[in-house]
Amino acid sequence: MYAIEAASLAKTYPGDVRALDGLSFSVEQGTVFGLLGPNGAGKSTTVKILTTLAHPDAGSASVAGHDVLAEPAGVREAIGVVSQQGGHDREATGRENMRLQGQVYDMSGADLERRIDSLLEQFHLTEAADRLAREYSGGMQRRLDIATALVHKPRVLFLDEPTTGLDPEVRAEMWEEIARLRGEGLTVLLTTHYLEEADRLAAQLAIVDKGKVVAEGSPDELKRELRGDAIHVELANGAADGDVATALDGVPGVTEVMVEDRALHARADDGARTVPGVLAALEAAGIEAAAVTVARPSLDDVYLRHAGRTFSEAEAQTDTADQEESR
Amino acid sequence: MKAIADARHMTVRHLMALWRQPWWIAVSLVQPVIWLLLFGALFKAVTDIPGFGSDNYVQFLAPGVVVMTAFFGAGWTGMPVIEDLDRGVIDRFLVSPVRRSSLITGRLAQGGLTTAIQSLIIVLLALAVGATFANGIVGVAVLIAVSVLIGSAFGCLSIGLALLARREETLIATVQFLLLPLSFVSATFMQKDLMPDWMATVADYNPLNWAVEAGREAVTASPDWAAIAGKTGLLIAFLVVCGFFAMRAFRTYQRSV
Repeated sequence: MYAIEAASLAKTYPGDVRALDGLSFSVEQGTVFGLLGPNGAGKSTTVKILTTLAHPDAGSASVAGHDVLAEPAGVREAIGVVSQQGGHDREATGRENMRLQGQVYDMSGADLERRIDSLLEQFHLTEAADRLAREYSGGMQRRLDIATALVHKPRVLFLDEPTTGLDPEVRAEMWEEIARLRGEGLTVLLTTHYLEEADRLAAQLAIVDKGKVVAEGSPDELKRELRGDAIHVELANGAADGDVATALDGVPGVTEVMVEDRALHARADDGARTVPGVLAALEAAGIEAAAVTVARPSLDDVYLRHAGRTFSEAEAQTDTADQEESR
Repeated sequence: MKAIADARHMTVRHLMALWRQPWWIAVSLVQPVIWLLLFGALFKAVTDIPGFGSDNYVQFLAPGVVVMTAFFGAGWTGMPVIEDLDRGVIDRFLVSPVRRSSLITGRLAQGGLTTAIQSLIIVLLALAVGATFANGIVGVAVLIAVSVLIGSAFGCLSIGLALLARREETLIATVQFLLLPLSFVSATFMQKDLMPDWMATVADYNPLNWAVEAGREAVTASPDWAAIAGKTGLLIAFLVVCGFFAMRAFRTYQRSV
């Protein structure tokens, strides 16, 4: 059974901003599913629709067996949500935030307090529980948001960019916390624009670009679609594209040769076995190699292939668009 | 039942916030104290105008200041709502089973309590500077009740505006624009009979004036209860309309996200 099903979701904001353009995906119960895409791809809009905050212009979706448009109350009973802004009250203590969340879900008394205590413990907030949330560090605030979203034991948890804006160290801690949520039958929908995050946490993921899913599968499946490994050679003195291509022409198994300044990119079915041949051919042609790396395909490569641009390029484009919009 | 329970939980949240910043009540009393003492002294002579009908201006002014303080305070109810919007607190509640009405009534309950405390302090201060409240506790209780009513109505308007504008600057500008004109086109500072005709007519439709007139009548020695009931009825109707507006604003907000 699917915990989340989204079918052909579309939404356009005033000013002709097309946030979603026929987005579909399904999430199996009890798994961590990642929606990966650059800023502005439509990830947050998807979360807002699935959590009954926003209405789609077209398409349908169900969460935990309830239609988001026909039975929003059923959806709300079943979900926990951590939005990008977080959602905690800074002027209240961590414990008060969690207590109010439980009360809204009709929990009370000793049961509620026990649940709060165990979550505080799980998220290492026991000592800070009775301090105002405004005094928490960024990582603590994010942990409080997740703990709060879990008070009422939701079946589906939405995490919208849970590590954006955190230091790399804190981000790694958050990954451990989120990884620990797996199991217990909880379904997690995670949105992120960090390739590494999707790779680490999500069992299944959908790559989103311009309001559509452009690729779907497990991170390994998606990477396997790309043939072979990437070989990167740093050239000591640079070389012309044609010279390199000629030099590597006779090396078996090498494809997609490309030179960018002093960097040579190529793909090979089996990178490690191919490297000696590549180096020998370059040497024979008088091209000096300074360094060589062989890499398994990354989600960045997957994104490049499906969206037709590199991830960082897409981010830069949306940033420029955002700036123009705010002007 | 759920709506009442939710409202109670939200009220506790807002009261805790108030409890942590009790000086806020003191700060918000600075303005009414200035009105009461400064205006009271400055316009002392207006009681000499034939037809003013009272020989103690502070006596005349005090109920007006009580109502106006509630009204001014209520105008800013939307400010913390905007902060809640910015921090995703409202969104978190909107995707929970919480009754939307409790997001309004919780703030109104906190505002009402603040108004009651402030009103009592102003009444005591007015007594100290020579005002009398001839109808005793009953009169003061009615005065506080109409203050809470007008405060709740404008609190709803402020919350609704906050949800529609979502920017502190817009809310501040709108509230500033409304507060003083509505105050001066009312019997807060001046007997209505002495106003220019057009102003007196406008004042008849000014909800703030309904509250001022009802509150002032209630503290006199022998109040005209029918007139008070009429004004109070109007205030309740106005509150219902404002409450409806605030609830609609939640729907409009959700349609825009």
